[in-house]
Amino acid sequence: MTMSEIFAPLKEPLIMGTAVGIMVGVIAVIAGLTYFKLWGWLYNNYIKTVDHKKIGVMYIFVALVMLFKGGVEALLMRAQTAVPDNKLLNSEHYNEIFTTHGVLMILFVAMPFLFGLFNVVIPLQIGARDVAFPRLNALSFWLFAAGAVLINVSFIIGGSPNAGWTSYFPLAGIEYNPGVNNNYYAWSLQISGLGSLMTGINFVTTIVKMRAPGMTWMKVPMFTWSSFIANIIVVFAFPVLTVALIMMTMDRQFGTKFFSTEDGGMDMLWANLFWVWGHPEVYIVILPAFGVFSEVIATFSRKNLFGYGSMVASMIIISLLSFLVWAHHFYTMGHGVVVNGVFSITTMLIAVPTGVKIFNWLLTMRHGRITFTTPMLYALGFIPIFTIGGVTGVMLAMASADYQYHNTLFLVAHFHYVLIPGTVFGILAGYHFWWPKMFGFKLNEKIGQVGFWLIAIGFNVTFFPMFILGLDGYARRMYTYSAETGYMTLNMISFIGALVLALGFATLVYNIYYSLRHRKELACGGDPWDARSLEWATHSPVPEYNFAVVPTISRLDEFWYAKKEGRDLQAGKIEDIHMPNDSAAPFWQSVVMGLFAFFFIFNEIGIAIALGVVTLIFMAVRSFEIDEGRHIHIKEIEEEERRLRGDR
Amino acid sequence: MSKKVLIMPIVAALLAVVLSGCEPLMVLNPKGPNAETLSKTIWISIATMVVVLAVVYILLINMLTKYRAGKMGADYEPPHEAGNHKLEILWTVIPIVIVAFLSVVTIVTTKDVESKPEGYGDKKPLVVYASSSEWKWHFSYPEQGIETVNYAHIPTDRPIEFRLYSFGTITSFWVPQLAGQKYAMTDMLTKIHLAADHKGDYWGRNSNFNGEGFEAMQFNITAESQADFDQWAKDVKAKEPKLTEKEFNKLLKASVVGQKSFSSTHLEFSKPPMDHKAMMDASKYNESKKGQKRADPEEHDMDDMDDMDSME
Repeated sequence: MTMSEIFAPLKEPLIMGTAVGIMVGVIAVIAGLTYFKLWGWLYNNYIKTVDHKKIGVMYIFVALVMLFKGGVEALLMRAQTAVPDNKLLNSEHYNEIFTTHGVLMILFVAMPFLFGLFNVVIPLQIGARDVAFPRLNALSFWLFAAGAVLINVSFIIGGSPNAGWTSYFPLAGIEYNPGVNNNYYAWSLQISGLGSLMTGINFVTTIVKMRAPGMTWMKVPMFTWSSFIANIIVVFAFPVLTVALIMMTMDRQFGTKFFSTEDGGMDMLWANLFWVWGHPEVYIVILPAFGVFSEVIATFSRKNLFGYGSMVASMIIISLLSFLVWAHHFYTMGHGVVVNGVFSITTMLIAVPTGVKIFNWLLTMRHGRITFTTPMLYALGFIPIFTIGGVTGVMLAMASADYQYHNTLFLVAHFHYVLIPGTVFGILAGYHFWWPKMFGFKLNEKIGQVGFWLIAIGFNVTFFPMFILGLDGYARRMYTYSAETGYMTLNMISFIGALVLALGFATLVYNIYYSLRHRKELACGGDPWDARSLEWATHSPVPEYNFAVVPTISRLDEFWYAKKEGRDLQAGKIEDIHMPNDSAAPFWQSVVMGLFAFFFIFNEIGIAIALGVVTLIFMAVRSFEIDEGRHIHIKEIEEEERRLRGDR
Repeated sequence: MSKKVLIMPIVAALLAVVLSGCEPLMVLNPKGPNAETLSKTIWISIATMVVVLAVVYILLINMLTKYRAGKMGADYEPPHEAGNHKLEILWTVIPIVIVAFLSVVTIVTTKDVESKPEGYGDKKPLVVYASSSEWKWHFSYPEQGIETVNYAHIPTDRPIEFRLYSFGTITSFWVPQLAGQKYAMTDMLTKIHLAADHKGDYWGRNSNFNGEGFEAMQFNITAESQADFDQWAKDVKAKEPKLTEKEFNKLLKASVVGQKSFSSTHLEFSKPPMDHKAMMDASKYNESKKGQKRADPEEHDMDDMDDMDSME
């Protein structure tokens, strides 16, 4: 490829503008870090860290940045379709935007945000000092970050993926997509996907092996339970994506014919593999959100969770069913009545355990004492809006009717009605709920609540019209439409809703700024919400070692009952605490792997192989390294505890 | 405040319905038995789901009005409630019954739309091959020996069998007022059974995203009386040029073209793929692949995109 080909995307004024904006931003950040002499601080405290809390915060930070990129793309799409025959974006640019919007929102917003919450909350909820493999955890994060950089660089260098986030073959194959666009897709997902797989293994191990003494399975807090199941799904689903992406790379870069339309290849094989991963993926991003809602609703109803056992059972059933429904994404490929019938039934069956959960949440509130804080508003907004997503899901599950909904805005409306009130509201509820745990002060309630209303109203105005447009024959992914179709009114309403939604997300950022400035007034103790689970038993922000003394658990919501009975959960004798050492290796290994992928994308196989060898050296060195960790001594702990208590 | 959150979607729904005008939505305004079955299925599911929604909304409103902190008195302390087996069984069993009901509806209606429409006597279905290439539809009438591009005519009151396949990317053949959609793929033939009960022009499109010219990949289906249809077919056969292999190869190149008619079909020199049943026989499968023609994407002619701009 020539240089002019590589930088071809910059010919587009919008992309040039974005590129300049990113450049200015990067220069500003570098200048700021240099001016305030923060490089050392950043390197030692964040880049080298293996502390689950800091890694969690970094995940959430990157996810928020990506949320705004994905959000701008969404706004551009709505602006483009707000009026017929719009010339704001051309077809190619629009195709790239909806593709990266999907990829970003699912893989670089929803997942990392939840992984961030896993990192911050789970070790605290189960009374652990860190995750099972702290260094692997750092590697997971940095690999995810490398993938995020790759997918964003694609906009400027070489061109973004443009075959939809599903990247169906043959459209995504080398014959129809000869540029580097879809190499970016394969490699950014591959690199970040490896990180996700490691996170899954890490948290499954952590939750199985590192629960506080006495915390048997039925005493595990619901967020940890839901995340545990989500991580098991990660462990089973992500290898499928890894393999499918390798096949995609082989097809695109080495001339194999797995998904080709000739020589015995099968294009629909990709669709099958993609959704064997892709449908469980939906539950990976929704189950932890269910966990957040369970914590939030119980806390702000001041009541224990109703039907704890059936909550756990329903999530296990959902996780099993999630692997048995993938073909409902292509009922229209010509399956017989039997195949479509079976997949219709398994799909609709998921509504049963999901319904059980909804009713359990409703009954948790009964006889409760409900306070309407920002996290609670998100949880309460979730129920009515998500239920619309759920019932339209049942409608889509009916194979025959799906012949009319498939590939239309009805489908787009449905999955946004699932993923926004489900995952995004869950993320935001958790973010407002656990913010004080991360930073020692609350976010401003008023701004938080205004933000909720803007997001909830903006969301419905944006997406409800899409149900109707879909039933009126509007196919998804069209970059424009003609005036005679009569689609304009509803599209315009949708655009206005998107603006309100954008304003809502802007309040999130403003709230960070505002609350940072007023952090003295908003400062709070370890348990600002009068909550129930173990993470609230320690200080906010949490000391490096989490708990001076690991609490012993005798029942569910131990912390809640300890508070009532006036017991101190950390009353035992303080001992030396064994902690893992920081390491810069995960960061540098991810840099190397990111570059490896980058050169692979551009078919620079020689350089890629060299970088691959460096990666292997990193791994070899790690396997021979003896790292016994370090100890925090009693004196330091006592000093820290005094300081934290004295401060409050 | 909490009530607003419940009313919001309903308001949005009403608003949207009002603003969308009185014209019936395409999918819910069927003009043939296949689309009518689907429209009925959709209404059944909407009715069922509205009941489910109502139950959840009523319960939620109930909880939010009754148990808000302001109402409960300062020293009210909520009780511990582990669960309630009777209730939990109730809200497991009722959804299972609903799912069972909808499953039966699904299977019956899927079988219905997947077979030749009934009520048209013993009339033999008219077979039309609809094949896609970047970004157009080719309609071949083996019986009449004619072929059209981006438009088709069909007789009313007679079962029609569309046989779908693709010369390149996966596309989805969709005429919302006549039938639900189905994929067209290179290596397997799929079928749509439909009939038109009313004369008229029906809009159709490829609904499956397939690149730059996707939006323009639309076509028109004219349903007319058998006599008018026969006359049209005769006219095309008599007046239009033959479709040569050379001409067809040119057509297959990625481009957006207008409507065209020919007095012979491409089926004469380019065999369609087998359907699923025939494919299950492996030897036949390989044989079928041999005769197949594919669009050569190497030959993509992006200058043809100019045609697309001029069309707009």
